[in-house]
Amino acid sequence: MKAQAISLFDAAILKEAAVAAVRKLDPRTLVRNPVIFVTEVVAALATAVLVRDLLAGPSGAGGSHAFTGQIAAWLWFTVLLANFAEAVAEGRGKAQAATLRRTRTDTKAKRLLHEGTDIFEPVPARELQKGDLVLVEAGDVIPADGEVFMGVASVNESAITGESAPVIREAGGDRSAVTGGTTVLSDWIRVRITATSGSSFLDRMIALVEGAQRQKTPNELALNVLLAGMTLIFLIAVVTLWSMAAYAKTELSVPVLVALLVTLIPTTIGGLLSAIGIAGMDRLVTFNVLAMSGRAVEAAGDVDTLLLDKTGTITYGNRMATELLPVPGVSREELARAALLSSLADETPEGRSIVALVAERTGIAAPDLAGRQAKFVPFSAQTRISGVDLDGTPIRKGAVDAILATASDTPPNEFRAAVERIARTGGTPLAVAQGGRLLGAIHLKDVVKPGIKGRFEALRRMGIRTVMVTGDNPVTAAAIAGEAGVDDFIAEATPEHKLRYIRARQDEGRLIAMCGDGTNDAPALAQADVGVAMQTGTQAAREAGNMVDLDSNPTKLIEVVEIGKQLLMTRGALTTFSIANDVAKYFAIIPALFVASLPELGALNVMGLASPQSAILSAVIFNALIIVALIPLALRGVAFRPASAASVLRRNLLVYGVGGVVLPFVGIKLVDLALVALGLA
Amino acid sequence: MTPNGWLQIAVFFLLVLATAKPLGALMARVFAGERTWLDPALGPVERGLYRAAGVDPAREQGWLGYTMAMLAFNALGFASLYAILRLQHLLPWNPQGLPALSPHLAFNTAVSFTTNTNWQSYGGETTMSYFSQMVGLTFHNFVSAATGIALAIALVRAFARSSAQTVGNFWVDLTRATLYVLLPLSLVVALVLVALGMPQTLGAYVDAVTVEGAKQSIAVGPVASQVAIKQLGTNGGGFFNVNSAHPFENPTIWTNLVQSWAILALAAALAWTFGQMVGDRRQGWAVLAVMGVILVGATGVAYWAEAGGNPILAAQGVDQAAIALQSGGNMEGKEVRFGVAQSAIWAAATTGASNGSVNSMHNSYMPLGGLVPLVLIQLGEIVPGGVGSGLYGMLVMIVIAVFVAGLMVGRTPEYLGKKIEAREVKMAMLAVLILPFCILGFTAIAAALPGPQEGLANAGARGFTEMLYAFSSATGNNGSAYAGLTANTPFWNTTLGIAMLLGRFAYIVPVMAIAGSMAGKVRVPTSSGTFPTHGPLFIGLVVGVILILGGLQFFPALALGPVVEHFQMLAGRTF
Repeated sequence: MKAQAISLFDAAILKEAAVAAVRKLDPRTLVRNPVIFVTEVVAALATAVLVRDLLAGPSGAGGSHAFTGQIAAWLWFTVLLANFAEAVAEGRGKAQAATLRRTRTDTKAKRLLHEGTDIFEPVPARELQKGDLVLVEAGDVIPADGEVFMGVASVNESAITGESAPVIREAGGDRSAVTGGTTVLSDWIRVRITATSGSSFLDRMIALVEGAQRQKTPNELALNVLLAGMTLIFLIAVVTLWSMAAYAKTELSVPVLVALLVTLIPTTIGGLLSAIGIAGMDRLVTFNVLAMSGRAVEAAGDVDTLLLDKTGTITYGNRMATELLPVPGVSREELARAALLSSLADETPEGRSIVALVAERTGIAAPDLAGRQAKFVPFSAQTRISGVDLDGTPIRKGAVDAILATASDTPPNEFRAAVERIARTGGTPLAVAQGGRLLGAIHLKDVVKPGIKGRFEALRRMGIRTVMVTGDNPVTAAAIAGEAGVDDFIAEATPEHKLRYIRARQDEGRLIAMCGDGTNDAPALAQADVGVAMQTGTQAAREAGNMVDLDSNPTKLIEVVEIGKQLLMTRGALTTFSIANDVAKYFAIIPALFVASLPELGALNVMGLASPQSAILSAVIFNALIIVALIPLALRGVAFRPASAASVLRRNLLVYGVGGVVLPFVGIKLVDLALVALGLA
Repeated sequence: MTPNGWLQIAVFFLLVLATAKPLGALMARVFAGERTWLDPALGPVERGLYRAAGVDPAREQGWLGYTMAMLAFNALGFASLYAILRLQHLLPWNPQGLPALSPHLAFNTAVSFTTNTNWQSYGGETTMSYFSQMVGLTFHNFVSAATGIALAIALVRAFARSSAQTVGNFWVDLTRATLYVLLPLSLVVALVLVALGMPQTLGAYVDAVTVEGAKQSIAVGPVASQVAIKQLGTNGGGFFNVNSAHPFENPTIWTNLVQSWAILALAAALAWTFGQMVGDRRQGWAVLAVMGVILVGATGVAYWAEAGGNPILAAQGVDQAAIALQSGGNMEGKEVRFGVAQSAIWAAATTGASNGSVNSMHNSYMPLGGLVPLVLIQLGEIVPGGVGSGLYGMLVMIVIAVFVAGLMVGRTPEYLGKKIEAREVKMAMLAVLILPFCILGFTAIAAALPGPQEGLANAGARGFTEMLYAFSSATGNNGSAYAGLTANTPFWNTTLGIAMLLGRFAYIVPVMAIAGSMAGKVRVPTSSGTFPTHGPLFIGLVVGVILILGGLQFFPALALGPVVEHFQMLAGRTF
């Protein structure tokens, strides 16, 4: 499966969600969401009042039945919309999961009777137990997650990663983990099952994206407490208002009190809270990262230190030619031509990069060797030299000391200086010689990915430090660290070294994210607050991390952090918006409540709403519709831009705080105009 | 409104601002256990007290131990004050031979002084003997203030420390707050007040024959010493019935300035102490700024509302303009020697701090003028609030504000490097719930019952405001009254007593639970990923959260009280 971004308004999902929204009315499940639960209870109350009134007889001239009926209907609609928001988010998760599940059709497993035998019995994959041994041959689907203990095979993991190129899985080492649902393409392996059916990696992924195993995350819990507290406060305010109004010679009916309550309690965020959480997981999945828990996604937002492997993340990971340095008396062109010739048959990345560099810098294309006598000398680890004998002239490039040993003349000082400089800055010097004559040096170095420095700067603005982890010596590491613009580096890093570093930073109160793939990364992955294991990594690494990157692209750590931040920002923004909305609702409802007994309060009707009924209805309707209007925002997340916390806060306060105060004044007025135009109030 | 009035307001607030740092620094030293210049004199007393009580000053307590010690101390203090009031007729220093207090009045008064509320359902000069005033009430004026300071300091320590199990020793904080802060300051202020003409005597009331030949008994007593701590400790309980409107309790404009300064001095200084103790003074200034912005704004509104006078009177041709011969504006219930500006300052200060003393009668204010003290109490007594209680109340609001806003920057919210998680939010919400629960709950009960309303002096919205104000004042531990309510009845004494108890102690326990969990957290180093909790953005944010959260809770009730009354007044409606 290659997870795709599912359209926000996928018709099938919306249809299913509409059905689920009704099913979710069950108060036993709704009680988990205090705000919406209270809304449901009072909606039922308003309905009961309506039924009682209807039984009591026809309504008076004021049309109070119609009014109560509309209030009750809109309250139920509010609950349904909140359920709908959650259902849409779940539906999107389920759509992702369905694709995953297709790979879990009933595979047959070849269970080995004991280790060291070829005798197997066919059993359904779901009956496999942890510790069972199975044989998987070419064309078989691997029945469950496991560890290869014998054999080597090429495996198509595109079902998980979307990457069509097969990968090698073999016993021992870092490439021994296999995933259920992937297919063996060639050869055979024997696998020890490490996860029983239902708890396999894939199963957990499915459960998580479906939202079935969703537990409230710590931050969600905290926010829920706040929302429950606010609900209680407004419950007190509204219940006590009944007696206070009676003192002011006003009898408030249940429907209007209920309307006031529901518009005040934070239904907007209450209705969208779980949708935001599910959508956060979902966004990770579209990035091909699977979080093992919602907690991990949240922790990602808090991370303030990223441990990044140098190779593959910061640099391309293979040395590339970047410079040609001829010795005095040799032209650049001459050196370039020799370098090119000596590398023509060199299929290593280094060799290809030399050809590319020469073409790019000097425009010399590969010469046509047809009709010339060319004998290619391939690179060998013994000689550390490669090249070509062209018309009898040996043209060689290779390790400096190896070339110097073949060269007749002593190298000039300029050459020595150049070689030293290259080594000092973390590069690898190669020497080029033609016919025993030293022509010059080639500077090979690990090239920092373009744009990575800018990303690190963006991270720094967000308050996140980047730490480069490399096995290089400190000198080389420092050079690359400087070039990439990381804040710190760990040179000559060993797994223990990494673990120590993480612990030390955590003791300072920092939160660390890292990615890793090897078994020896497992302790550090487990220790880190966010450990992203590579899908290509070992089972141990994947178990230790709390996220798995299906693309095995370590750069994605940065996106993971951004998604975590976006999740928290969305929650905060909608909470602020929800609370700020209440100001306008008071101005709509309070004057309407007391218009008969305290007409002077009409001065608070700053929106100029048509009638008390239309004012109350408008507030209730606005309150319900704003949930729908914000579903896309909840699913997409608020716009994220890397900037300092202060400027993010200023912007979001302005948009969601001040905007949240102003918008409902406009919205309620518009609903009121519509109600009057439709003759509903 | 006159430039002179605004100038008075400016001078007053600058004076409070000027003393915040020196007083704050003094308290920071006192509670860090450092030596002060008072050590040679008071050190032996302090050590003697610990020895006598068997307290090891070096042993710190966890939040629960600290809270239990505080509760035990206050329970004992309540019981002994109740006993004194019930046995007043048997105790010495009672030259007027005043009788014992009724059970419900004694309950109400004992709760009132234990909780730093100083709500008075009685008139001092006609009810309390000198013994009751000096031993019973004055003792609580000191220790209830010291309790508040101690609790605030414990919470501040919790923010300042990293991975700590303890928050201090209650007995030490209580003793040091009393000995090194409240006693010396009260002594100085009392002497200044005596010098400015306030009585200080243990003699009997003076009998005088008036010009018409009538006999009059003039109440005197140890006034200055009571008044000093009544203001410094944000207690507010007056020696005389009309509190600091009485010519002996507040003789001149100068005693008025000293007293209104003393109301705010320590609560404002504690904000500075906070910054110093958490190791970042800017944090303290930010807290002080939040308090200042709201309080100065409120003072301005009150001044504007009062100086404008009454439009109904204006319509009848009454001259309410400020001219050389009259201060102008609404002067009902205000002392001519203070005028509108000083009355507005005092009204805002005494309710912004949970003081409750008055130099004018709030019930005589214009509707919006009266709205100001009511709202200041309902915001939770945090601008700057009672000594100590204001700071911890403000920190609770900051926790809530930071939680909501902090999410918006995409991190688990943190304040001073401490993460704010479910437990802290839960405790903060529990604490703030007390306000609407008591204020709105009891007001609704009183509004529904016929009995309680017999004590109201006014009909209509103003009568409602009297009830709302009484429960706000009690729950906020303020103690001022929208005078007009006759509260010395079993219903009012009991319900107000319960509101005071809940407002104080049901608030404190969750606050201390926050202290406990905060102390245990690691302080995360700040980075550009954490938003700065000083500076205008943060100040504006906290001000906004306080106003919106407070406003939303009480808006319906306020609409039925001062708000509707204002519009009714504009419409010319009277009762």
